[in-house]
Amino acid sequence: MGVLVDADTRVICQGFTGKQGTFHSEQAIAYGTQLVGGVTPGKGGQRHLDRPVFDTVHDAVAATGADATMIYVPAPFAPDAVMEAADAGVRVIVCITEGIPVLDMLRVRAALAGHDSVLIGPNCPGIITPGGCKIGIMPGAIHSPGRVGIVSRSGTLTYEAVHQTTAAGLGQSTCIGIGGDPIHGLDFIACLDLFEQDPQTEAVLLVGEIGGDDEERAAAHIAEHVTKPVVAYVAGVTAPPGKRMGHAGAIVSGGAGTAEGKYRALAAAGITTVRSPADMGAAVAQALAA
Amino acid sequence: MHWHRISDSLRCPPGSLPTAADTAMHLHEYQAKTLFADHGVPVPPGRVADSVEAAVAAARALGGTGWVVKAQVHTGGRGKAGGVRRCTSAADVGAAARALLGSRLVTHQSGREGLPVGQVLVESVSAVARELYLAALVDRAAGRVAFMASAAGGMDIETVAAESPERLLLTRVDPAMGLLPWQARRLGYGLGLDKPQVAALGETLQALYRLLQGADASLVEINPLVITGDGRLLALDAKVNLDDNALYRHTELAALRDTSQEDARELAAAAHQLSYIALDGDIGCMVNGAGLAMATMDLVQLHGGKPANFLDVGGGTSAERVAEAFKLILSDGRVRAVLVNIFGGIVRCDLIAEGIIAAAREVALDVPLVVRLEGTRATEGLALLADSGLALTTASSLTDAAQRAVAAAAGD
Repeated sequence: MGVLVDADTRVICQGFTGKQGTFHSEQAIAYGTQLVGGVTPGKGGQRHLDRPVFDTVHDAVAATGADATMIYVPAPFAPDAVMEAADAGVRVIVCITEGIPVLDMLRVRAALAGHDSVLIGPNCPGIITPGGCKIGIMPGAIHSPGRVGIVSRSGTLTYEAVHQTTAAGLGQSTCIGIGGDPIHGLDFIACLDLFEQDPQTEAVLLVGEIGGDDEERAAAHIAEHVTKPVVAYVAGVTAPPGKRMGHAGAIVSGGAGTAEGKYRALAAAGITTVRSPADMGAAVAQALAA
Repeated sequence: MHWHRISDSLRCPPGSLPTAADTAMHLHEYQAKTLFADHGVPVPPGRVADSVEAAVAAARALGGTGWVVKAQVHTGGRGKAGGVRRCTSAADVGAAARALLGSRLVTHQSGREGLPVGQVLVESVSAVARELYLAALVDRAAGRVAFMASAAGGMDIETVAAESPERLLLTRVDPAMGLLPWQARRLGYGLGLDKPQVAALGETLQALYRLLQGADASLVEINPLVITGDGRLLALDAKVNLDDNALYRHTELAALRDTSQEDARELAAAAHQLSYIALDGDIGCMVNGAGLAMATMDLVQLHGGKPANFLDVGGGTSAERVAEAFKLILSDGRVRAVLVNIFGGIVRCDLIAEGIIAAAREVALDVPLVVRLEGTRATEGLALLADSGLALTTASSLTDAAQRAVAAAAGD
């Protein structure tokens, strides 16, 4: 159980033999992920980490039956890697790469509308279903299988949320980092729908941040379509306007995208919000006990 | 997969002003106008000058009897702040350039210290019949390039959206089709233009779309776009923001960067792959990860303190980078305590601890230091800090860390 990926998910890595791809593939294998091979153009036929290397995603899918991919290729080549995976019919595409030009992502997002693939990211920590499948750069050890679905725009702040729900004895069903870029794949709403339908998930922890209106739209969606308890935290109350806070998408512009505005929208939709990032785990525990 | 429905309603509904996917690199007006001219957007005759003599020469070369001298700074609100001056003689132009060049222009958007004026743009004055607003931007929620136009030129677009949203026209471009003629017609007739002007607007819109795509701009704005006395369209102002993630494929545009318009400490941070933004509080923050860095600032405020900065030391943090981060934080004389909050994932906390110890010795840390380490090898990291002999406080939790830092900054 959990959403999108589990112990049966067969994963390949694009950018498999590079430094990042190698390191995080090793980590994924150590976690127990079924990493069935990888793609590095020109190295097809070789073996890496005791797995086959392919020249193309199509070859890798045909040979291994992979239905998920993690992408560690540099930003100038990442849009191509995403579209190659989509064309090869890979169901879950996780793009870790940071720094993809926004107009490239605009075109990718439009082109993906014609495919059945789900894109997670880019510029994200990835997705993990604890005890089953880890696709991304998150530290596996802090997770534990359990009841809370976590969806977040941030990396280390997600780890904080995971740490707190593990410490509270709740564990996680699946944790999805949707990424910090202004134009990205899977959004809060899609993740909420997945968690709503997942029997293992009993509550959702939504971790937002300044910029855009993803949290506002999620709030409206939760009020209408989500029956499970949702707890939300939004980072960036102290962020000054007009400054980009690390993530490309984390900016308050023209009075829109503020943390206060997001808190107002979430509260208006009847969602439990926490003002302290230290209270995320406790608030979910309380929501589940209620 | 869930995609937002792309509505293409011409009138922008209240509260739904597209949010630009804003990015870091801004251009000066004169640079933006050069791009405009290159792409076929009509701009007034003008020349950039970096000295009084050059400004006077520019006015003489342009000819005529009316000029405007415009300070080139990366901020809005120049007109009200005296950064745009109308002149009726070459001597006037010289005086305006003398007053502006080398000064710092403070506008309502620039911050208290203002921005240095290194160049002025000298332009011929144009006869204006009407002022319009026009912009193309990457609409993040829709995942489309959107064009916005308003008959209320010269006004701040956020104000138009808030006070008279019915005056704001909006159309979004299907990337597979590009900007279609009907979209330009709807905007043009919606603005009340006549047929030749609608045709001219169509050409301008196509030029802006080519510019946005070709330069990887996230925002192109003309405020005001004017209709001249003889019925022509003219971009009196020009604003272009470039996507810094795309600068690797635009070396000629990357060269247009003017670092004199940027914060010195943010630039120094960037040189060490650190993401730093100065704030006005007294608790320095060093955190790994942008989201956790923001959350740490919020937590400091929640417990009654004021963060001095945003600082993300990044994922592959080394002892050297930690040292650079300390130096940056302490270069702000207002800092009265430093809070380090590290969630070790791939990064090992014991290595971070070694970095903190080395850095604290190197920079002769003279303010209280509170450290919270969590995650991979946190216990080992905390033990290293305890044995270091450094006068620092380790925190048992996120809340504890914030409370201790706030108390330390207050001198408790």
